[in-house]
Amino acid sequence: MNTIAMKPVSVTNDVVSTNRSPKVISRGVKVFYGEKEALHGVDLDIHEREVTALIGPSGCGKSTFLRCMNRMNDVVEGCRIEGKIEIDGDDIYDRRIDVVQLRARVGMVFQKPNPFPKSIYENVAYGPKIHGIASGKEELDEIVEGSLTRAGLWNEVKDRLDKPGTGLSGGQQQRLCIARAIAVSPEVILMDEPCSALDPIATARIEELIDELRENFTIVIVTHSMQQAARVSQRTAFFHLGDLVEVGDTSQIFTNPKEERTQAYITGRFG
Amino acid sequence: MTDSALPMTVADSATSAPRKLVLDKKRVRSRYAAERRFRAYGIAAIAFGLFFLAWLFVTLILQGYGALQQSKMRLDVTLDAATVAPGGQVDDNALRTADYTALLRTALRTTLGVGSDRGERRDAYALLSNGADTELRNRVLADPSLIGKTVSVWVSAAADVDTLIKGQISRDLPENQRRLNDRQIAWTDKLVADGRLEKRFNTALFVNGASSDPEQAGMGVAIIGSLYMMLVVLLTALPVGVAAAVYLEEFAPRNRWTDLIEVNINNLAAVPSIVFGLLGLAIFLNFFGMPRSAPVVGGLVLALMTLPVVIIATRASIKAVPPSIREAALGVGASKMQVITHHVVPLALPGILTGTIIGMARALGETAPLLLIGMVAFVVATPATPFDPATALPVQIYMWAGASERAFVERTSAAILILLVFLIVMNAAAVVLRRRFERRW
Repeated sequence: MNTIAMKPVSVTNDVVSTNRSPKVISRGVKVFYGEKEALHGVDLDIHEREVTALIGPSGCGKSTFLRCMNRMNDVVEGCRIEGKIEIDGDDIYDRRIDVVQLRARVGMVFQKPNPFPKSIYENVAYGPKIHGIASGKEELDEIVEGSLTRAGLWNEVKDRLDKPGTGLSGGQQQRLCIARAIAVSPEVILMDEPCSALDPIATARIEELIDELRENFTIVIVTHSMQQAARVSQRTAFFHLGDLVEVGDTSQIFTNPKEERTQAYITGRFG
Repeated sequence: MTDSALPMTVADSATSAPRKLVLDKKRVRSRYAAERRFRAYGIAAIAFGLFFLAWLFVTLILQGYGALQQSKMRLDVTLDAATVAPGGQVDDNALRTADYTALLRTALRTTLGVGSDRGERRDAYALLSNGADTELRNRVLADPSLIGKTVSVWVSAAADVDTLIKGQISRDLPENQRRLNDRQIAWTDKLVADGRLEKRFNTALFVNGASSDPEQAGMGVAIIGSLYMMLVVLLTALPVGVAAAVYLEEFAPRNRWTDLIEVNINNLAAVPSIVFGLLGLAIFLNFFGMPRSAPVVGGLVLALMTLPVVIIATRASIKAVPPSIREAALGVGASKMQVITHHVVPLALPGILTGTIIGMARALGETAPLLLIGMVAFVVATPATPFDPATALPVQIYMWAGASERAFVERTSAAILILLVFLIVMNAAAVVLRRRFERRW
């Protein structure tokens, strides 16, 4: 694990905390599932072109918060959201916001690789097609190639683009899902424990990829692995029991946490 | 459990000698015996079912295969122009109304060497099917150049001759209890010996409509009627059922009303089919004034019956689409509509089609609702559209099973076999579709 971890860590520490402007601003975000309050008012800024890691024990609300940012919670029955989330100054829970447009700007990668049971090409081309991004077949081909290249998958699949995406290995599938997400040129990419179903080698590849994608995208990643948070993120937010306990530069959170609960969690005393 | 709780002997044996794996204890033996018995029950149950299935098929095939052949008689008919086209007019109407029976009878008399005795003539004519003139007429209509020539034609023999040749009536009965007298039997034997009477493939069984003469009766009208009905069922039950299921599964809120609808759909699937027949009678015939005996009405009634099956199957296969696929599509910004039309329904399609075909197979074998909307009818003409009178396969079986002539027995079995072939083909199609389009995650 350590040898794999080395490379991303060295890159991460150089660029830490350049304090860019916030891309996503959330204020007093509360989420209710029926009567139960799952998040008790979260104020969190996500900075542009940085990786923000959300950590915390299971059931702490970090995935719930992540899913608020592209309104994936809308499809959960009985789910209600209070507070405000702004992306570039637009309130995403405003009536006039079209959720489809929002999700084109805020892409998502899920815990379990979930390629469509279609060809690799179709998987990547689907988003651009439904949003009418490509004007023709050639442009679509370019987008597919570009996205797969940026996801580090092009060389592995270029000869079998017409083969089903479900036939790839787990790590390849997850990179295919990342390619699918970046094909619609989002500004923010949300990742919900993207490596939890992968082996260490595939995990390392995804982590490298996340680090490369940081140049162009704002990334928010939920992870259970504190090593992963330390390796890939510039900022870390610690959630506990529906509260945002502490947020700060990753190096500060892991070396010098201000809150006692953060200290307890990262040293493995609970969670 | 502590050591002190165990009897001393057990504790001793446990410490002194290792426990043996090869045991011949009573408990072990009885456990094995129970397991064997349990498996034997299962095998017995399967054998029981297979036995009756085999019995059914063997009986049907033994009784029904005879109907695939029909005794035909070869006669040298002189198609003299004076009878067929009086006045030299070879128009359609003249050809249709000409007295072909007379021509056939003349030819038969010549063949058998029958004199002018009326009783003898009547006996001879009884060997010929009542529908033989139609067979000759169709031949002439197809090729009017035959007029004026003497042609050798194969026409159907009467059902009594047919059953005699197939050995279904005994020659040992006293003459007054037989349908054919000694003279007729002698003629039949002579015709067979001359190679003028033999069993040939029974096309009429698959092509003709109803007839009171078994040798002319066929399933043609019933097959076409059933096909029309299946078409109507497919075109109505599938889109309506899928639309209802997609709405209930994807859009409808979960409340008391949708619960009520769900319960009622499940109940509808269990409503006796004759009730649907009454519904069809009341609505389609009485209220909308649609034609009686028409496959379109039968199809609509069967569609009502199939609808709950389609809805239930569709909902089940929509539920089986993994949520991760929906999330993936939503995640790249697909609208709800796109998620459904691009992903959910295509992935659910094999299940939807399988459910529909199985529902249709059930509808194909349904008789009761058709009785109420007048599809138990004596329909001779082949229906050209679904609005023309027709019967259906199971109804035809029902009617033939009630007919009194001996020759209808084998035809009933043959009709059942044809229906079963249709059902097997449909179920096989369902299996093939499922295998072909099944996706794995």
